[in-house]
Amino acid sequence: MALTLISTSTASASATLDITSGIDDTYSVYEFHFVNMHPATNQVDFTFQVNAHDGSSQLTGFNETIQSTTFQSQHGEGDGGATVGYYTAYDQGNGTAYQALNYETGYDADQSVSGILTLYDPSDTTFAKHFQARTQTAQGDDFSVDWYTGGYINTTNAITQISFKFDSGNIDAGTIKMFGVS
Amino acid sequence: MGLTLIKALTASGSASLAFVDGASDVVFDNTYNEYQFHFVNIHAATDESAFGFQVNATDDAGGGYDTSPITSTHFKAEHNEAGAGGGLGYTGGNDQAQGTAYQRFTNSQQIDTDEAFSGTLTIYDPSSTTYVKHFTATGNYVHHSGHYSQNIFVAGYINDTTAIDEISFKMESGNIDEGTIYMYGVS
Repeated sequence: MALTLISTSTASASATLDITSGIDDTYSVYEFHFVNMHPATNQVDFTFQVNAHDGSSQLTGFNETIQSTTFQSQHGEGDGGATVGYYTAYDQGNGTAYQALNYETGYDADQSVSGILTLYDPSDTTFAKHFQARTQTAQGDDFSVDWYTGGYINTTNAITQISFKFDSGNIDAGTIKMFGVS
Repeated sequence: MGLTLIKALTASGSASLAFVDGASDVVFDNTYNEYQFHFVNIHAATDESAFGFQVNATDDAGGGYDTSPITSTHFKAEHNEAGAGGGLGYTGGNDQAQGTAYQRFTNSQQIDTDEAFSGTLTIYDPSSTTYVKHFTATGNYVHHSGHYSQNIFVAGYINDTTAIDEISFKMESGNIDEGTIYMYGVS
């Protein structure tokens, strides 16, 4: 497996980080590596959505239909709350919201979320688009949260754009690198 | 560039394997903001030991890998060779809450000649002087009791805003009998 860096996006008090070029049929697998995404607002969720071309090759907005699962493991700095389990509040059943990739990111100066999202064959026009992600978060109540998201974007239209944001407030800082996998 | 192989270390009855920035061609600094360590067939010399890692921050250069606080999670899926015992669960004895011990990947590792641990550890932005250092790991090994296949999932953060530039891997007791660790930079 080889990773080829396609683009780097750096937040600076950004409402969103949108990657609007470089997603095509050059690669059948794309990885998005987020490093120290730091929110401006406390205890907010880092999320993503995609934009597909409809049948007439028009972009329709970051509102595609997503079917997803979420589970997480957590443990507090005070040695409490250790658990692993499914997290129903953050999955989607053919929803069109931004999909959560973690929960309640802390906004202390040293807190952030890092992780990797893998998106399979976004340019395909036959299949739904599978994705999976794992993130690690310094949560606002001083928990370590190991978060897993999987699912599919329930469209057979090609996806060419992806957007990342916190569910409230700006992305204060952080870097997203997009790689093609070959 | 993708993955750049920085260094491979192979154990041979080794007490530990350490990657130290600036030593033996190791780069562990702000050259990359993501590092991956790939473990291949880490075989313990002592039965029922645990394989893990700890780091030294730059204010503890050459230290004993015992001062960096880690808050972490550890869970596993397992199934034994008899076709029983399948399950998924949190493994509390292997996590840490601001602990400074080596962070366990495995626990009670089996040492038959064909049994070992393989997996991957990712550390994000170790040279940051702003953020805690996130890490995630996954792997598979043979657990001692009942020859279980254990698929482990470990994650957490090193709760230190000082840059990290040294990392050590070892068994909690006994040597690393054999095995190879590949260190990559991601760019």
